[in-house]
Amino acid sequence: MQVISVKSLEKIYANGVRALDCVDFEMKKGDFLGLLGANGAGKTTMISIFTGTVNKTAGSVNIFGIDIDKDHNSAKKKIGVVPQEFNFNIFEKVIDIVVQQAGYFGIPRKKALKNAEKLLKDLGLWSKRNNPAKELSGGMKRRLMIVRALVHDPKLLILDEPTAGVDVELRHSMWEYLKKLNESGVTILLTSHYLEEIEELCNDVVMIKKGKIVIKDTVSHVLKSIDEVTYVIDVDKVKKTFVAHNFVYKIIDENTLEVRITQKHTLNEFLRILDRNGMMISNLRPKSNRLEQLFLNILNA
Amino acid sequence: MLSWISYKTIARKEIVRFLRIWRQTLLPPVITQTLYFVIFGAFIGSQVRDINGVSYMAFLVPGLVMMAVINNSFANVVSSFFGSKFQKNYEELMVSPTPNRIVVAGYISGGVFRGLLVGFIVFLVSIFFTQIEIYNLPIVFLFVLLTSILFSLAGFINAIFSKKFDDISIFSNFVLIPLTYFGGVFYSIKSLPDFWQMASRLNPILYMIDGFRYGFHGFNDVSLQISLLVIIFLTAFLLLFALYLMKKGIGLKA
Ligand SMILES: Nc1ncnc2c1ncn2[C@@H]1O[C@H](COP(=O)(O)OP(=O)(O)OP(=O)(O)O)[C@@H](O)[C@H]1O
Ligand SMILES: [Mg+2]
Repeated sequence: MQVISVKSLEKIYANGVRALDCVDFEMKKGDFLGLLGANGAGKTTMISIFTGTVNKTAGSVNIFGIDIDKDHNSAKKKIGVVPQEFNFNIFEKVIDIVVQQAGYFGIPRKKALKNAEKLLKDLGLWSKRNNPAKELSGGMKRRLMIVRALVHDPKLLILDEPTAGVDVELRHSMWEYLKKLNESGVTILLTSHYLEEIEELCNDVVMIKKGKIVIKDTVSHVLKSIDEVTYVIDVDKVKKTFVAHNFVYKIIDENTLEVRITQKHTLNEFLRILDRNGMMISNLRPKSNRLEQLFLNILNA
Repeated sequence: MLSWISYKTIARKEIVRFLRIWRQTLLPPVITQTLYFVIFGAFIGSQVRDINGVSYMAFLVPGLVMMAVINNSFANVVSSFFGSKFQKNYEELMVSPTPNRIVVAGYISGGVFRGLLVGFIVFLVSIFFTQIEIYNLPIVFLFVLLTSILFSLAGFINAIFSKKFDDISIFSNFVLIPLTYFGGVFYSIKSLPDFWQMASRLNPILYMIDGFRYGFHGFNDVSLQISLLVIIFLTAFLLLFALYLMKKGIGLKA
């Protein structure tokens, strides 16, 4: 079943900025899609059109088979959104923020309190329920927005950089949480600047550049298509006489080398050359996450 | 069902909001109106002739109550709605399936509640200064309710068009306050020269105060039917205008 179907979507802001240009894309039930793009690429604009905070200029958007031009409210019942920026009333209590949001979705107060309790506990905010939101830390505020987005059991969850400013440990637990949600049948659309996050979580990836879609594929397929990786190699000491013909490499300092491996030669061959030169390899790692490499390649293209 | 729950949620939030900050929302208007009673009613009023058989103090009461209702209904909605637009928490409503008419109804309820509450307190204060027999209670209620809805809607629309905090006081300072002062709070327009009587009739607030005062004292400067028609027409117009602005997303959506 089609959850999102977008055709020829265009957005030109009042100041003349063309934020989206002829965007087509689809999501099916159960998908976990990562939306990639540099700052200002148009990610938030696209999401905001789905959730109803930005008006589109042209094109059509269907969510759960409902044309948003005809009946956006029916579609909104099934959408939960975690916006990029904090947008709750910081003077209100955590519990009130969540229960009010449930109210706006027509959930009776009693049921709303129950949903809120479960979610606040799941995301570790229950002890803060009676604090005004301004007393939460940045990471807690993000989690509050996740709770708020889930309080009406949405079937489509949209998250705009949900782990920005969240510490490593918490990020991993949020990932687990999102994975479980997705397994339980919630379709998820997520934007992120952490490419490992997309690699870890998503099945599909869409990349936009200046308002246009440049990649639309499965994550595994995209990763396979990446034909060059730069590795960083730590050695005991780089010999002054060291040369490796046919390889593109760089000596960073007397203990570190960088080598770009393409399809012509394997990493193995390069390591063998190091070995023959009597250099001890103490560590080896890709210079950047593979998606990141692709991201940079496309940006610079 | 959804609409009803959503309406209750918004109205409750709005009412709790102004009650929680009662020192800014309830106390100042009551103090201001009390000062009017003391200065205009007691000090100056003692030197003014009765108007249509009632003392100047009694004449003032409906006007001062209505003035408080108008200001507070307006102020409540304009500041609350602009605040939530400015802080972006209005997005919470925008992403929800709550229909626009429910959003309007919820915010207006907050404004009406505060307007009527302040109006009622001002009326209670007036009892210390003068004795009033109410001539026609349903008319009193009808006029105060409609006026309160009307100015809550005006506050809502003002908030939609506002881009910064200064914008929410411009209408109030340059339009609302002068019109209220010239709307017959302190005098009967019959005491004015012909030209100013005619000019006063262009002021919509005149009709609200006049009809309201009729409910108290049983006399008026313009006909009750016309007053009622003016208010109903303006209320309907502002309601449709507010719904139109929301549908188009003017001032709310990028
Ligand atoms: N309200 C607005 N009015 C005018 N232009 C806007 C508005 N919002 C965004 N833009 C412009 O539209 C373009 C896309 O912005 P958008 O916020 O969608 O980018 P993004 O991909 O979410 O970026 P980021 O990764 O920084 O969040 C940018 O050029 C931005 O300046
Ligand atoms: Mg963004």
